[in-house]
Amino acid sequence: MKVTDIKDPEYFHKVVDCQYACPAHTPVPEYIRLIAAGRYTEAYMINWESNVFPGVLGRTCDRPCEPACRRGRVEEEPVAICRLKRVAADNKDEVKHLMPQGPFTPNGKKIALIGGGPASLTVARDLAPLGYELHLFCEQKLGGGMMRSQIPSFRLPDTVLNEEVNYILDMGIHTHFNKFVGSLKEVVDGGYDAIFVGTGAPRGRDLPNLPGRKEGAANIHIGIEWLASVAFEHTSKIGKKVIVLGGGNTAMDCCRTSRRVGGEDVKVLVRSPFAEMKASPWEKEDAQHEDIPILDNHVPLSFVVEDGKLKGMMFEKVHPVYDENGKRQLLPTGEADVFIEADDVLLAIGQENSFPWIERDLGLEFDKWNMPVVDETTFQSTLKNVFFGGDSAFGPKNVITAVAHGHHAAVSIDLFCHEKNIMERPNPMTNLVSAKMGIHEWSYDSPVTIDLRFIVPQADKKLTLADRKKEVELGFDLETAFKEAQRCLNCDVQTVFTESRCIECDACMDVSPTNCITFTPNEEEDALRQHLLMPALNKTQDLYVSMDLPTGRVMVKDEDVCLHCGLCAERCPTSAWDMQKFLYNTTKAGK
Amino acid sequence: MSYIRPQFRHPNLPKNSLGYTSKDYEGGLSTLCAGCGHDSISAAIVQACFEMSIEPHRLAKMSGIGCSSKTPAYFLGNSHGFNSVHGRMPSVATGANLANRDLIYFGVSGDGDTASIGMGQFVHAVRRNLNMVYIVMNNGCYGLTKGQDSATADEGSKSKAGSVNPFQAIDLASLAMELGATYVAQSFSGDKKQLTPLIKAAMHHQGFAFINVISPCVTFNNNVGSTKSYDYVREHVEATGTVDFVPMAEEIKASYTEGNKALVKMHDGSYLELHKLATDWNPQDRISASMALQQARAKGEILTGLLYVNTDYHELHETLGTTLTPLNELTEKDLCPGAEALSDINAGLR
Repeated sequence: MKVTDIKDPEYFHKVVDCQYACPAHTPVPEYIRLIAAGRYTEAYMINWESNVFPGVLGRTCDRPCEPACRRGRVEEEPVAICRLKRVAADNKDEVKHLMPQGPFTPNGKKIALIGGGPASLTVARDLAPLGYELHLFCEQKLGGGMMRSQIPSFRLPDTVLNEEVNYILDMGIHTHFNKFVGSLKEVVDGGYDAIFVGTGAPRGRDLPNLPGRKEGAANIHIGIEWLASVAFEHTSKIGKKVIVLGGGNTAMDCCRTSRRVGGEDVKVLVRSPFAEMKASPWEKEDAQHEDIPILDNHVPLSFVVEDGKLKGMMFEKVHPVYDENGKRQLLPTGEADVFIEADDVLLAIGQENSFPWIERDLGLEFDKWNMPVVDETTFQSTLKNVFFGGDSAFGPKNVITAVAHGHHAAVSIDLFCHEKNIMERPNPMTNLVSAKMGIHEWSYDSPVTIDLRFIVPQADKKLTLADRKKEVELGFDLETAFKEAQRCLNCDVQTVFTESRCIECDACMDVSPTNCITFTPNEEEDALRQHLLMPALNKTQDLYVSMDLPTGRVMVKDEDVCLHCGLCAERCPTSAWDMQKFLYNTTKAGK
Repeated sequence: MSYIRPQFRHPNLPKNSLGYTSKDYEGGLSTLCAGCGHDSISAAIVQACFEMSIEPHRLAKMSGIGCSSKTPAYFLGNSHGFNSVHGRMPSVATGANLANRDLIYFGVSGDGDTASIGMGQFVHAVRRNLNMVYIVMNNGCYGLTKGQDSATADEGSKSKAGSVNPFQAIDLASLAMELGATYVAQSFSGDKKQLTPLIKAAMHHQGFAFINVISPCVTFNNNVGSTKSYDYVREHVEATGTVDFVPMAEEIKASYTEGNKALVKMHDGSYLELHKLATDWNPQDRISASMALQQARAKGEILTGLLYVNTDYHELHETLGTTLTPLNELTEKDLCPGAEALSDINAGLR
């Protein structure tokens, strides 16, 4: 194998699994250490720099970091990264003075932001301090987009959302609320230097052809619209018996909201098997905890309407059959169709983009799925001064992805407005510094705790079901937060090897608790992976290969289950191994 | 502050026939100097015992004093152990062995503990062919007292402080062979591929199995001019060949002698499969093995691998005709068989 180039910032970045998996690449271990140290404000600011909405995300993030967490590969469960983030947000001191302070010297450029969700707000946050004049257009009366309209208050209190939205709006953003943009052409003609579209995926899927849809229309609601209407207090009740169709997180929010506005017998019905539902496992658990059964393998057949009134729905029972490629088919089981009573039905079967307000003759190209053609690196559309981000760029994802898009688009807009090549992206900021404090002492807590993942306590169900705005999760107390934070393996403290110092004493190989280091003759990657002390079977994880050593062997480290315990460096007589803290901050506009 | 070994191990660690992983054969975290060759030997011992599916309670670690003699704390944490007086491990091991022949006796000693203060004890354990493994972790210096030359330091070898050793070295492998050890091997801590099978074979050997392992003292004897440094040993090492240990359950496919390959049958029916590199050497002939050692020394080489093995000579229990039962299992009835037994014995003496 080729010698590993540790100068490439992406090599060590990839070792920090959580950060690498995060769309916004938040330096997770860095802020977890600060939480353990009780430095919540600093932990919050690291998050805020990177993901803009720590309080919101600490409650609602889809957590792509957690399945990636190395801890999940050496024991049962990953670190509760998301809920630790909330600890920082809940326990911080005043932070506003740590944020960029306006008024900012104008740079003479004017930007329109269409949509008031996480993507637009991120662009605003990144560009405001650079002196841009930012105009944000939002059809709702308050900012936040889907974070406000689709995430219920019992998961995300308004106070938390308002606080973080206002940090941005208070930077001198010109807001135009209750303003639906009906024509992109008007905005294009409005004299803006660049336009950012962050209008989300606002259209919930319907079942227009299912029998009874028209007749029962009064009691059949589109999930995201219904959630928005509850959030903005246009709707305050629902029937006693409710069917929620769909298996994603929106379905979970619909059923749990129903339980709080009058639904007593609420059921979720989903086509796919339970294990394959799109909803996050913890959201399914929370729904079940609120006495909401999830009936899987049920395909809707019709709405049953009698005397103009919705009575329920008919379902066909199916079971999944997989072909040799693993492709799933849902085939009828042959059992009798099932009737389920309902006063109201909520459709949470997906959402899609919708751009009726973009004129098709502006030079902004759309693809065959009627989606704008957007560059995946720059987020620029084919109309050079129009940029997209969030769900409106590539379809529905999640808040953290929208934030990541916002950062990239802000970089592009900044380059574009300064007439620079937007393909030439500035490099990320990286730093690698030794963690050595003494022979057996490091600037991080190197011992690996054996605590299993701690559970976040919840408020009493009686209270939370009675009040739609009462937050269910209470968050970790500080003592538990410390213990949970200590579960972090500090994967950003890298094992850095210096060939010229190595005397090949094998001490590191002998002491490594997870056998991640082997000294062996170099080979092709596949062979090498097999011939290590423990075969390196997880190919998503890199091998760190040194230059040839005097005996003709190379040092090979399998990054897969390295505990970052530092023992290799402690047992190294010549400091050929060192533990070095790696910091990686993604490129931000103007930096 | 660290110095704490994490509890987690590789999730795919293999299990041996007892259902144990190598973790079950580990000891405490070493407090020897970082990079000490002894730690590599400890790792080889862990690996050998894991691979052989030794039940930890069936093994007793015996040691004296010195860096080497600390190492039993760092391997086989679930086994018996006796850390004896300096140089007196052979007599303690002899006593323990006579009291309970069912255990595997694993002696660990150093060049000081064996070739200086313990020489008088060592030679007698060898002479009696005590059934034990005796490993010398040989670094040519007194590492625990700041690196003075030991009795195995080669003549002309330079210490870290720059002084040259004027005395001849005691060659422990030659000595053991001369005194009648029935299994003699030499190895290097930096070569676990060679060392691990040698340890496995030594544990199977019935009789005194001696392994002299050159183990660099990274703190006091890893300097230029030292003949026990990592670099020097790597440059001067010459292997007799490779050894594979074949447990008795496995079928032997190769013929008894096939070119440079030789099979040596052990007492328990297992085999040593030797791939000889040195052609003019017969590991079952003491004169040939001695010659090979002397020749290597004359050329300035360190001959490693299995040097000599003799499976015919009796171990101590057989020589003495002792009871097959460990003493702690003998009942009063066995020990005081009564007047009738006594009169039988007396009759036999008439």
